[in-house]
Amino acid sequence: MTATVSYLYGVSAVPGGSYDVVAALRGIADAPVRLVPDEDANLAAIVSSVPADDFDEAPLAAHLEDLDWLEAVARAHHRVVDAMAARTTVLPLRLATIYRDDDRVRAMIRAGHRAFAQRLAHLAGHMEWGVKVYFDPPSAPTASTAAAPAAELSPGRAYLRSRHQERDSRQDAYRAAEQAARRVEAAARTQAVEHVRHRLQQGPLSHGSGENIVNNAYLVADGQAEDFRDAVQLAAEQSETIRVEITGPWAPYSFVSRQNEPGEMSEEAIT
Amino acid sequence: MTEPVPSNLGSFPSRASPSYGQGSSANLADILERVLDKGIVIAGDIQINLLDIELLTIKLRLLVASVDKAKEMGIDWWEHDPALSSHADGGRELAEENRRLREEIAGLRDAQALPSAEGPAEKPERPKKRASTAKSTRAGNRRTPRTER
Repeated sequence: MTATVSYLYGVSAVPGGSYDVVAALRGIADAPVRLVPDEDANLAAIVSSVPADDFDEAPLAAHLEDLDWLEAVARAHHRVVDAMAARTTVLPLRLATIYRDDDRVRAMIRAGHRAFAQRLAHLAGHMEWGVKVYFDPPSAPTASTAAAPAAELSPGRAYLRSRHQERDSRQDAYRAAEQAARRVEAAARTQAVEHVRHRLQQGPLSHGSGENIVNNAYLVADGQAEDFRDAVQLAAEQSETIRVEITGPWAPYSFVSRQNEPGEMSEEAIT
Repeated sequence: MTEPVPSNLGSFPSRASPSYGQGSSANLADILERVLDKGIVIAGDIQINLLDIELLTIKLRLLVASVDKAKEMGIDWWEHDPALSSHADGGRELAEENRRLREEIAGLRDAQALPSAEGPAEKPERPKKRASTAKSTRAGNRRTPRTER
């Protein structure tokens, strides 16, 4: 009966010095992080030990519903992936990939070796950047614009008319914002190798004002990151109704499998 | 050996960039979006039901909470989404709206027809009373107005 199990953060190429980087890292529950290499040591899983009690199936399922726990684990997971990605190319794994012990991890890497190596080669020298566009609706037309025609109309019609104007101006603004968002997307694409559209962010955790109308990720070559940011920012500045948020660089979470299709690699990777 | 990570980054200018290290400050929504939903899926020894996670994040109503908790917080989109729920077929919303409109029409008819039938004396009171009872019991006995007529 083991008290700990192996938690996987990602699979990475192993350039010299990786072991030093990893030695300085703390993973989930502040546990030290280690590399579990395959036989020829050019590929390794980034692993740390986690308490089996927390990560067995039932407790894990329960934990995932606890936002505080989830946040702590997600940030730890991301911190490790991020630090490693700063150093080398990483294929980040989804949260909560658990193996009984390092031998099982080794077996998994051996089995998925080809797929991992291919994808790592493809992603080498690239990072992911997130571009989110928000639509900030203009404030409702002021009373002065609506008041002029209101004088000769009955209150009801005046109200309807002002509502109408309000709606029209919002629609116009939205259309303009969509156009601006398309310009931003086009500008970003010119500097990126691949891109994916993510679901728009809504809900209590999405922050910032305005409505999220674009949530994309771009795979950008390291040397082009500056140009990428400049191009996006420039395109965004041409419009007043949109606000752009660039995040990154991220480990290439969104590009680890082709077509961004979850599960695509899994078949090859499973023993 | 135990050199802090940032100084290691410094020695790799090709990857270092001004905003590097956003890991600690990054928006939780962004992190969860990536950590839960992107990344490779490989089977581990202990499998948690990844589908569950996907279901909850599938539209990035990014709160991973149990169904009940989420409902408490007013997040119940999966109940109305035909792609996710078998009993939320596309017609449901229409049917719902239909029902509501019918109720309203019945209520209006009621309010108008009854005073004229029962005489002008009660005019000022009756409709008001009707309207308020209709509202409060709308869900329970929504057919009452019609059967009364």
